[in-house]
Amino acid sequence: MITINLSMALVVGALYAVGFYLLLQRSLMRVLLGIVVIGHGANLLLQLAGGPPGRAPIVGDAPPEAMTDPLPQALALTAIVITFALTTFLLALGYRSWVLLGHDEVQDDIEDRRVARRQRPAGAMEEESDAEPEQRAGADQ
Amino acid sequence: MSTLVTLPVLLPMLGAGLTVITSRSATLQRLIGIAVLIAVAVLAAVLLVAADRTGPIVAEMGGWAAPVGIALVADRLAALLLLVSTLVTLAVLVYSIDQRVADYGRETPSTTFHPMYLLLCTGVSLAYLTGDLFTLFVAFEIMLSASYVLITRRTSASRIRSGMTYVTVSLTSSLLFLTMVALVYAATGTVNLADLAAQVGELPDGLRTVLALLVVVVFGIKAAVVPLHFWLPDSYPNAPSPVTALFAGLLTKVGLYALLRTQTLVFPQDGSKTLLLWLAVATMVVGALGALAQNDLNRLLSFLLVSHIGYMLFGIAVFDVAGIAGTVLYIVHHITVQATLFLVSGLITRRTGTVSIDRMGGLAKTAPALAVLFAVPALTLAGIPPTSGFVAKLALLQAGAGSGVATAAVAGVVVASSLLTLYAMARVWVRVFWGTPQPPLSDPDPTDELVVGTGSTPRPMVAAAGSLAAVSVAIAVAAGPLSAVTGRAAEDLLDRGPYRTAVLGEEAR
Repeated sequence: MITINLSMALVVGALYAVGFYLLLQRSLMRVLLGIVVIGHGANLLLQLAGGPPGRAPIVGDAPPEAMTDPLPQALALTAIVITFALTTFLLALGYRSWVLLGHDEVQDDIEDRRVARRQRPAGAMEEESDAEPEQRAGADQ
Repeated sequence: MSTLVTLPVLLPMLGAGLTVITSRSATLQRLIGIAVLIAVAVLAAVLLVAADRTGPIVAEMGGWAAPVGIALVADRLAALLLLVSTLVTLAVLVYSIDQRVADYGRETPSTTFHPMYLLLCTGVSLAYLTGDLFTLFVAFEIMLSASYVLITRRTSASRIRSGMTYVTVSLTSSLLFLTMVALVYAATGTVNLADLAAQVGELPDGLRTVLALLVVVVFGIKAAVVPLHFWLPDSYPNAPSPVTALFAGLLTKVGLYALLRTQTLVFPQDGSKTLLLWLAVATMVVGALGALAQNDLNRLLSFLLVSHIGYMLFGIAVFDVAGIAGTVLYIVHHITVQATLFLVSGLITRRTGTVSIDRMGGLAKTAPALAVLFAVPALTLAGIPPTSGFVAKLALLQAGAGSGVATAAVAGVVVASSLLTLYAMARVWVRVFWGTPQPPLSDPDPTDELVVGTGSTPRPMVAAAGSLAAVSVAIAVAAGPLSAVTGRAAEDLLDRGPYRTAVLGEEAR
């Protein structure tokens, strides 16, 4: 079992805390930064999971017990590529949101609010046609 | 034989590449997609028969033996779910091709749809077959990346909003998954599932519980377990109906499969089963009550999907052969029936031009074929005998009743929430199919493929949805042999011996 030192544990914890705080924001840019920061935290944790640093893991270059564990580094590399690609996708989505809506704020679900506001179970759809004027204005642009 | 295990992953990936190259010819793209999925279905059937006769089939990537290398494992559970999933993806692909031909004509190639569709199938196959925790993460990422593109295609304002929720929630759960992999590796020094089975057992209780809970959270988000379900009814209804059918049939079930696999193989001995039981109750009740409040047909079906995730969770929480067998049977039944319902919902909204069930009416008179096509999966979902839903639910109820007071009480909740499902379906039936026929409404946004609203019902689309309904009827007809297979699969899962011996060799015993 591998244990990490306190400073590294604090760094990972702080990265997660900052990331999750940013995730809770309305602006998609902040959400995106939150994802990036949590991603860094997870990759750092993956690195630390490999144990203390050592020599390069090449056969004949160093005795096996002095080598660093290469597997978590390979895993972290894969994870970095995946987070990178998906960050780009989120950026494209944010840009599309800006083009279509003029902002990149995450909106409430219209149907959710409609269900929450409904008094009677039946026949309430008709008088809802004027609901969400700002949503409709946004959608028409 | 072990080469065959790699093909369900390689073929769709190759097909995805080929459909990018052939993006000028719509016919070629469609043929490649259908041929690849038929091949994978045949392979899955062969693997299922072979795994059922001789035990799990293992392929070691690059010749590196497990636990060092990556192993692909086809046991009874993986092969069975792969077969059912591929049949569903095939039917949904045919449906979406028919829809495209009906709306845009024959010569309309798509640069994104076919590659992403096949890539999603790659991810699903890999998730079923992998015997390695990190490869499972990669499989989820392949599957989810493809689903991000499919759910945000032809972006409109509402689809941006729902896509954003979906992508952010999925990414968060993926990063938690990565955290879990890092912690598991730090604790045990391996990511091979068969190897983890032994290593995790030797960890201190507290650490093991933390890891087990993290696993429940990660796969709970992917499988839409209450209270981690909120993203699903928000995002699924905003995608085109074939895409929603695909997601509803497969994505949550893959999350549930991962939960089932890790709970049985890696964490069989810890106390998270009580938690799972409570989560199952919450999921069944919240999902069913949420469905009753909905007016939008697709949102109603999404809430019912959440509710039925609770049933499968219940079988895992019971955690004996009968419970696990019931869960596997329920997954098989639910993959087909939920996808069928969303396809039929696509046909209904196409006919009426709206998703609001208050604005529909009298479809039983104007489109009797559609009424039959809706009635079969609706009754199956509610679990009316003699449908496959009844068979699967009965297996779960028997398991619950036979394993203590707590699970017997939860079995009562299963019955109650089945009745709520039936009520929700009856409500849809009365509003949509009875009453005075309403004229079809015009399409609010012709570009988004969400509500197509042409007032027509093309025969090929009906045939595709009908073939999927026929699969769920076939499950009911073949319930005897099928439940024998799921029973043997459940024994394997709880025994863990065959899986570990197949992956690690004889010394694992």
